[in-house]
Amino acid sequence: MKKKIIGWMFVFSTAVATLLIVSAIGFMLFEIIRSGWGKISIEFLTGAPAEGMTAGGIFPAIIGTVLLVLIMSVAAVPIGTITAIYLSEYANRNSIFTKLIRFAVNTLAGVPAIVFGLFGLGFFVQFVGGGIDKFISGDAQLHWGQPNILWASLTMALLTLPVVIVSVEESLRAVPRDLREGSLALGATKFQTIIKVVLPNAYTGILTGAILAVGRGAGEVAPILFTGVAYFLPHLPSSLSDQFMQLGYHLYVMSTQSTDVEATIGIQYATALVLLALTFLLNFSAVFLRYRLRAKAV
Amino acid sequence: MLLNRTQTNAFSTDRNTRSSAHHYTAPKIAGGNINLKKRFRIGEFIAENIIKGVAFISFAVIVLIFIFVFREAAPIFSPTKLTSTDNSELAQETYGEESSAASETVTEQKNKSVESSGSEGDATAKNLLGKEWQPVSENPKYGLLPLIVGSFKVTFIAVLIGAPIAILAALYTSFFAPRKLREFLKPTIEFLSGFPSVVIGFFALVTLASLFQNLFGYQYRLNAFVGGIALSLAAIPIIYSVTEDALSAVPKFMTEASLALGATKWQTALFVVLPAATPGVFAALLLGVGRAFGETMIVLMATGNAALMSMDFFEPIRTMSATIGAEMAEVVFGDTHYNVLFFIGSILFIFTFILNAVAEFYVRNKLQKRFQGTA
Repeated sequence: MKKKIIGWMFVFSTAVATLLIVSAIGFMLFEIIRSGWGKISIEFLTGAPAEGMTAGGIFPAIIGTVLLVLIMSVAAVPIGTITAIYLSEYANRNSIFTKLIRFAVNTLAGVPAIVFGLFGLGFFVQFVGGGIDKFISGDAQLHWGQPNILWASLTMALLTLPVVIVSVEESLRAVPRDLREGSLALGATKFQTIIKVVLPNAYTGILTGAILAVGRGAGEVAPILFTGVAYFLPHLPSSLSDQFMQLGYHLYVMSTQSTDVEATIGIQYATALVLLALTFLLNFSAVFLRYRLRAKAV
Repeated sequence: MLLNRTQTNAFSTDRNTRSSAHHYTAPKIAGGNINLKKRFRIGEFIAENIIKGVAFISFAVIVLIFIFVFREAAPIFSPTKLTSTDNSELAQETYGEESSAASETVTEQKNKSVESSGSEGDATAKNLLGKEWQPVSENPKYGLLPLIVGSFKVTFIAVLIGAPIAILAALYTSFFAPRKLREFLKPTIEFLSGFPSVVIGFFALVTLASLFQNLFGYQYRLNAFVGGIALSLAAIPIIYSVTEDALSAVPKFMTEASLALGATKWQTALFVVLPAATPGVFAALLLGVGRAFGETMIVLMATGNAALMSMDFFEPIRTMSATIGAEMAEVVFGDTHYNVLFFIGSILFIFTFILNAVAEFYVRNKLQKRFQGTA
């Protein structure tokens, strides 16, 4: 009898814990949607901040976020895909080189976002950017040696690299071996097999990886804090050496450094809602694609 | 493995095959010996090495992070070196090779360093252990202790709350939940990891903080407790996910044997499967700690950011990551304050690096050995 009670309590506590997490998610979603929904309008989504950021829209922040993730993808997706190809197709499981790469990918996934920010500042902005400036002009002109959207995107690309690698590798491994062997048996070389047989069969995986990376990159703020994001800009970024506004950072400054936090609370909730909707949309489509991929593999 | 046979015997290829007009490697049958040796192809060789080179980027980035974060942090350990590094930085960035301007800076910097080394603000290793963090004042003090205490305090709260919930939820998902519910639960909880941390921070700042203050009636609206709760929302999905994986990696025959011996479902879960998956759960905890420890935006927004040294969970704190996030944008490049912030970044990096390495090697090996040993 006593044992039965303990057992029942144990099962009950696991159910309560699960319910707690799910309701925390639900509560958070509910609060943000309830408080932010009223503010969402076409003007809000397509207008620039006005009156010292106490009114107006978030258009520049949306554009900045989109540009950031686009440039980031251009860097992260090819590098991540090729790394995944190496790990899945070429790597000898037991070689030290492979273990080193695997360890690096896992480590990279665990490095705090803020450390990426520091690295971006020290490496991209000061070392690479400063180096380019010195090479081009050789004088005090700071052009590339200051935070901009290119350096921010590249920093973010490093952060999202493991996401792409893990996802693409999974999809490459899901390609049946028969296909590869069939191709090789017909006389195709290994590289031809990868390009013409393996990759076309794994494209959903690559797409999933890209989407997951974009979802991650759209939501992170810490890596771009000092590599390119700006508090407020009167114009949209027009070149790679411009600074930019970003949704997450916008939310951060509005809720902590705004002159009148109370007055802008509606804008804050709405910004949070837009950011959340953006990342959810991306994550949902990634989950959907992955589901289809798995259904196909089985 | 056919696919892994890449660089076998590039040179001893059969001459007949090489001179044949066909562009593929037809196995030549001669005298009953089938030649399956691979031909050397320059294109393949180049492609493979380019792919290998790109794969190397991940490792190179880790090394570069080490080098560049530490390089900017290094000057604080030798006050004399501080000046020279400062100069080269400044000269590189603003003055190029104009020697006269550069030498001017040298003297300026030297004066500055003489002044600062006399004051308390000198950021030598000894002063970093101070109890006060006042980087922007007449006598800047770079005592890291309150920041370290703050980071550990909020991480402790987050894991103390998040870990039991996440592990119990993982147990529920893999044992007790009906099948339909399970298929809903796992993606939903992992979905939480898709919440941008700035949104969780915002939610804690505007909603949770007031809610908890009304509930518990403590003095400061933003404090370690609120930050810890918010942070647990970031740590829960990773702990949950890794624990769930570890639980489902336990071989089925163990569960079945336990059930066959007459144990109930919960007894099996608690006394057979959970102990078998301990290394995995341990790894989940380590990764959760790493996630919480390095998280910036949530603690920056929800903990009040006062560098206090107290053990009270309801007082504001300032963590290491939040300090970097809040102050880096305002420091002078190459300044002592700048170097100290990079030093804090190095601590964060090393700490999470060690956590990951332990989770990776020790735990994974142990888990494999355990299951293979029993299999």
